[in-house]
Amino acid sequence: MLTAPAEFNLNNSIAIRTENLCRHYRMGEALIRAVDGISVQVASGEFVALLGTSGSGKSSLLNLIAGLDRPTSGSVVVQKSDLAKLSREELAKYRLHTVGMVFQSFNLIPSMTLLENVELPLRFAEVDRGKREGLARQALDRVGLSARLRHRPAELSGGEQQRASLARALINQPRFLLADEPTGNLDSQTGTEIMNFIREFNETLGMTIIMVTHERSLAERYASRMIFLADGKLVGDQSNGVSATTVQTRGGGL
Amino acid sequence: MKTYDMAELAVRNLRESILRNSLTTVGISVGVASLVAMLSLGIGLQQLAGRRLQKSGLFDTVVVTSRRDLRGFSREQEENGPAPAESPALNEPARQKIAQLPNVVEAYPDIRFITELRFEDKPYLTMMAGLPFSAKNNDAFDGMQGGFFSSDTAPEVILQKSFAAQLLGKTPKAGSDEANVAELAKPLLGQQLTMRYAERTATPASNIAGKNDNSSGTAYSVVSREATLKIVGVCDLDPDSMRGQARARIFLPLKLAQNLHVMQPSDLRDTTNVAGGTPAYTTVEVHVKSPTQVQPVEDAIKKMGFNTFSIVDATRSLRQFFAVLDLFLGIFGSLALAVASIGIINTLVMAILERRREIGIMKAIGASDGDVKGLFFAEAGVMGVFGGVVGVALGWTIGRVINLGTNVYLKRQHFPPEQIWFVPWWLVLGAIAFAIVVSLLSGLYPASRAARLDPVQALRYE
Repeated sequence: MLTAPAEFNLNNSIAIRTENLCRHYRMGEALIRAVDGISVQVASGEFVALLGTSGSGKSSLLNLIAGLDRPTSGSVVVQKSDLAKLSREELAKYRLHTVGMVFQSFNLIPSMTLLENVELPLRFAEVDRGKREGLARQALDRVGLSARLRHRPAELSGGEQQRASLARALINQPRFLLADEPTGNLDSQTGTEIMNFIREFNETLGMTIIMVTHERSLAERYASRMIFLADGKLVGDQSNGVSATTVQTRGGGL
Repeated sequence: MKTYDMAELAVRNLRESILRNSLTTVGISVGVASLVAMLSLGIGLQQLAGRRLQKSGLFDTVVVTSRRDLRGFSREQEENGPAPAESPALNEPARQKIAQLPNVVEAYPDIRFITELRFEDKPYLTMMAGLPFSAKNNDAFDGMQGGFFSSDTAPEVILQKSFAAQLLGKTPKAGSDEANVAELAKPLLGQQLTMRYAERTATPASNIAGKNDNSSGTAYSVVSREATLKIVGVCDLDPDSMRGQARARIFLPLKLAQNLHVMQPSDLRDTTNVAGGTPAYTTVEVHVKSPTQVQPVEDAIKKMGFNTFSIVDATRSLRQFFAVLDLFLGIFGSLALAVASIGIINTLVMAILERRREIGIMKAIGASDGDVKGLFFAEAGVMGVFGGVVGVALGWTIGRVINLGTNVYLKRQHFPPEQIWFVPWWLVLGAIAFAIVVSLLSGLYPASRAARLDPVQALRYE
């Protein structure tokens, strides 16, 4: 039913496109190639899982797409704008309105209540004072936290914190949800709970999801497509269910 | 982010580490307090000195003397202008001419003479001066016991308190105990004094002028007289302080003094200048509308051929002295504020280290560099506002305590209390504004450092 527009988008528009994307940095003497020449396209409405071992560059790629980091070379084009060419100010606006992020460690601000945490992006977006609380309540209600509005993050379980951070990621109605190991700090039951929310956002809100994970089973269960990275390079890209490996997996130890 | 939100977040962030931020704010307060205390003392002292001079009523006064006296107040005047013998006499027509100059409130002759007074059958010799009725509102009569003359011709006198003390046989030892006016006035008010003086009585023109044919020479004789005067007031301050050695210690209404035709010291000079029928004045005092008008009036009078003197020059150097004093007090006060500003920088830099992750989160969810910068800037500003307000209150209190302490000391030394501390409105507002500006300047570096923080690095940091 509601999946229809997502399917439609999937087949029609390319939302994210990276071209020969590189992110290198120095660590002492060594040059680390965290992202090393990745070209990939993500269609609107897709649920993509970025898979790889730690140090494979999946989080670095996510940060580049999130506009938190800038590429050393190559380009990331999101909805026709090249992030590498945006000013710092424009990049902040992009993070504010276009993408929502969730992290493994939740990253809620400990001194603020859940309501205030969720409201914070609205402050940055200069939404009217009067409207903010209603919107934040709505978002928290959506993730089942209406009873925890005045609690501080430390007073809540990991699952509740991650739900609050999902509410915060949604508050400015972004087109993309970028999740970095969203279940990494949770037990499997709570992890499932969170994943169900993410799937719901993908299906009912038509959000494009990019999720970094190292759990293949999780990716297989939820994502519509899996991209494999190793040493900063793309080593595999396959749709879920549909058995199609679109990119050659380069030899190696797979 | 909107300014209001920024301030709100800043306040809540400050409350998170309340102890450290309070200590920093106290640092600013102490800085502001020392600045306010120093400057308020400087201003207070300046006003005290100003009041002392102002009370002598001489800021707006020009003293006019005749060049014929050969004794100007200033050397250079004697070298410029008309020769003394050719200069006009300072007599009634001249006085009227001066009184009609623009910006002149009044011009009256200075009548002073040494006279013998009898009080309770004991003779006292002192300088007596006529006082214009307009002097009634003069600051010099602040704290006077009794009242001013009932009219411009009433046979009444006002005593300076040192003379009152002399009449009562209380000669104060130098440097100690300055007598209390109220105590001195009590037995004296309403009492009678007998004044003996020499009246100058005009005699009709006669032939004593000798070979001079066309001069309408006048002559006068001197007659000894007595008058009874009532003591109506004893003044605390010295209304005649500028006169130095020649200052009078007893005053009578000017019109009365003029009517008495008391022989003036300068009358002797008239014996060589019998050209005018009217007696010449030794000096004429000119009151000008405001101190700023003194210079043009002086110039106009000089043009008429008289010597002038005003205290404006004297106050100029006084003002200069206080400007330098205030500057030094301000610099010392600001030193504490400078130290406080280092405290702000330290606190905010520490806060950045502590809140690295928080800054990273805010950037990840869409805060711009400007938002982060503004937030830290607002924190510095809020500390500045609080520090400034508390500091002004503290400085005000310190100044008050110093003032109180000084007055306790003055009282022990039997001096009257003085207000040596004064906090004007501009100092209150200025000090708060200064605290905010200093705080914001201190916040500049930490704020831009926080804004430049790389979110990826900041989020990786645990």
